[in-house]
Amino acid sequence: MSSPVRRPFTTAFHALILVLLLWLVLYPNAYILVQSFIGAGALTFAHYIEFFGSASEREALWNSLWISGWSVVLSGLIGVPLAFLFYRFDFPGRKVFAALASLPVLLPPLVGVISFLFLYGESGILSRSLQRWFGLREPLFSFRGAGAILFVHAYTMYVYFYMFVSAGLKRLDYTLVEAARSLGASSSRAFLRVTLPQLAPSLVGASLLTFMTSMASFSAPYIFGGGIRVLSLQIYNSKLNGDLEMAMVETVILASSSILVLLLLQRYEGTSKYRSTTKGARQPVTLVSHPLKRLLAGGAGIVTVAFLLLPHLTLFLISFAKDGTWTMEILPPRYTIENYARLLSDSSFLEPILNSLQMAALATSANFVFALVAAYLIVRQQVRGRALLGSLILLPWALPGTVLGLSLASTFNQNSLWQGRILLVGTYWLLPLAYFIRHMPVVVRAVQASFEQFDPALEEAARSLGGTWIYSVRRVVLPMVLPGALAGSLLAFVTALGEFVTSIVIYTIHNRPISIEILAQLRQFNFGSAAAYSVFLIFLIGATFVVSQKYLSDIGDGAVS
Amino acid sequence: MPYLELRNLTQQFGSQKALDGLNLSIEKGELVSLLGPSGCGKTTTIRLIAGFLEPTAGTVWIDGRDVTPLPPERRRVGIVFQSYALFPHLNVFDNVGFGLRAAKVPRRQIESRVHRALELVNLPNEANRAVFELSGGEQQRVAIARAVVIEPQILLLDEPLSNLDASLRQRTRQQLRELITSLQTTTVFVTHDQEEAFALSDRIALLSKGRCQQFGTARDLYDHPANEFVARFIGRANVFTLPFAAVGGDCLCLAWPSGRELRLRKPADSARFHIQAGQSCKLLLRPEKIGFEERAGTIRLFSARLLSYRFAGAWSEWEAEGEGVRLWIAHSGASPTSDGPLAVGMTKDLWVRVEDFQVLDV
Repeated sequence: MSSPVRRPFTTAFHALILVLLLWLVLYPNAYILVQSFIGAGALTFAHYIEFFGSASEREALWNSLWISGWSVVLSGLIGVPLAFLFYRFDFPGRKVFAALASLPVLLPPLVGVISFLFLYGESGILSRSLQRWFGLREPLFSFRGAGAILFVHAYTMYVYFYMFVSAGLKRLDYTLVEAARSLGASSSRAFLRVTLPQLAPSLVGASLLTFMTSMASFSAPYIFGGGIRVLSLQIYNSKLNGDLEMAMVETVILASSSILVLLLLQRYEGTSKYRSTTKGARQPVTLVSHPLKRLLAGGAGIVTVAFLLLPHLTLFLISFAKDGTWTMEILPPRYTIENYARLLSDSSFLEPILNSLQMAALATSANFVFALVAAYLIVRQQVRGRALLGSLILLPWALPGTVLGLSLASTFNQNSLWQGRILLVGTYWLLPLAYFIRHMPVVVRAVQASFEQFDPALEEAARSLGGTWIYSVRRVVLPMVLPGALAGSLLAFVTALGEFVTSIVIYTIHNRPISIEILAQLRQFNFGSAAAYSVFLIFLIGATFVVSQKYLSDIGDGAVS
Repeated sequence: MPYLELRNLTQQFGSQKALDGLNLSIEKGELVSLLGPSGCGKTTTIRLIAGFLEPTAGTVWIDGRDVTPLPPERRRVGIVFQSYALFPHLNVFDNVGFGLRAAKVPRRQIESRVHRALELVNLPNEANRAVFELSGGEQQRVAIARAVVIEPQILLLDEPLSNLDASLRQRTRQQLRELITSLQTTTVFVTHDQEEAFALSDRIALLSKGRCQQFGTARDLYDHPANEFVARFIGRANVFTLPFAAVGGDCLCLAWPSGRELRLRKPADSARFHIQAGQSCKLLLRPEKIGFEERAGTIRLFSARLLSYRFAGAWSEWEAEGEGVRLWIAHSGASPTSDGPLAVGMTKDLWVRVEDFQVLDV
């Protein structure tokens, strides 16, 4: 039971947060929705009729759907067995493998995709090796089209299954399985009837998340699509071609399918909570003792991890390739550290890095402050309309990056104060704003979780000991939620550093971020420079994680009683 | 004048009344327990006293002053939470000194007062430890030190022993009583455990359904329960609902379900009951007041068959049935009576003193 004890400013904060959300999150999307029904100043379904009348648009919708469906299946086929392998069995190196298996999370979407290009693309290292091996004139396979997209999706999105299912396995109450066995169920029956239903929430959650991410996926179709149409790409192309009406319709259709999935996800989370009533026993990890099986499990682990690390290693290698020298060879023939030296010394090379750092820092600071206030209102104050606040905050999570880019670009393209529109298109500020909106859900969720974890009695204790509201916020509330808030903000920061999908829709020459620069270098066949940027980005992200983990675990120790 | 006074305190959560016009007057230095089953409103009451809730109606008075409009930080009410609510990011010293720092007490004074408080709770050398390193009992004492170091006008303890294991609870109960008595602070405990309430407090307010059912010493509540709820909540009780067999005179004539009559003397305060034919009367008879042998002043109640038996150390409890009612008998000492040991299935005469019957309600 929370206790609203005359805390000042609540109403003012509440109003401020609500206005910001309505203006920055709801309004641009509502604007697009309304505009998609307006033609020549009147209400019309013409744009939708045009969309569904066009074979290529229908094809794009259908491609998006079936590619997402198969992405779910393939990601599940990789992620679920991996989770079982690493969390149910013990063999040498298990812990290292378990940690490495979530590595693709660290790879920003575009960077992941271009590392595949270097590895599996037409002139990629692996493709050329195979071609040479078999003495073929043409590459053995062409890494293009739906197959390539699915490959990239499976590689990057199995992590959802892996993380959800391993968390589910850790939570699993093993006494239930024991109860089933003692009631006469065979071990396979116990698995099917008891273990699997308990994992169902994890599986459903991961499936929906994968589906949503695939629908929104832009980088893979953009680089590897080879002309295949998908909705997220159509939006970008329509905008480039100046067909704003069609872009809006595509946006509305893509956004509504994502929101539909999000609603399903929330509904599912709400109805089926398998919470153990008591503290159950943890599943004992089975020690693989047979030497051959140990070898097999260990071998499977090594192969998997090598496969997962290959793209990173490739990028690292190519980042030392001298620009313009790698043409027909399997591996780049000449190496240099020039690529890195230029990044740090040449101001035109350094600029994108500084841009990204600056914009990510700006957006993340705003996220941090916003999340503290919003989460406090939602969890502690139990303000009226909490559900509305919560869904508005969650909305950007469901919106694909292209959708967000387009809606912001369409809304903030003129100064019209009475309409709540200001001119941001073409200025520096639109991209940081987009980063802020995109990562709002992550940070608010993290802070919300910290608020939910800490005992409301702590704040009451501070008050009854004579501390004013401000004093108790400063000395108790902030120190308690700081680890969660920092963790969430850092995640937002590193994601913003490598952001590509929204950036490509709305960047300007004043704020060209790293990802756009990588693409530009790639276009000029400066593979070394593109890879060097990518490695630098991975390094920044990795370093941020390592530092934050260390720092957060230090203060985290004090916060866990 | 009472030191802490709750006047007509009412707290509504949505459509539910957690507290329904509670009145309570507590004297200075008194130790009072709020006792009752879960959901009776006892925690709501102390949250209202501390100022964490705004009452729907009614007022809270401390030392002759209406504190209802004051925020918690201006009430000088120390509270020991059920979870202790020690600040996990602060060490023992900073936890205890929190209130003094908030009040901008000079650093020197904070040090000496915190150390005195830690000595009081018998933790003189633990100032620099992290709170999560402490045992449950130590954490509780830090929470008490933190609450009393600000010299509160009222000390509130929410289920102070519920987080300790059973063996520790017994020992801590005694120490807690001694500690709080030595502080001479007006104290309100919340507990659902009657033994704890008996051991810790001078007076007990028994709450149910948001109302105070009875406020008095433990002995009052046991010997003179105000109603059936109190009788059943405190100790074991046989409560019989019997119809009147006849009305009038000095005698309370009731009938057992079998039809046999039970004649009791009318209680002195019988004026408060409106005795009419056709109505029934609720009677309380404590199990330990029933004997298997005749003694001076006792009458034969009826003979009853022994149904079951439970050994409880110094006591044995028997369940018996006779004249259409079931009842509990607490039998002390060695089980044999003058005509041999008792056994399930026997039929025995039961003996009571007429004045041990109490009329609860009509």
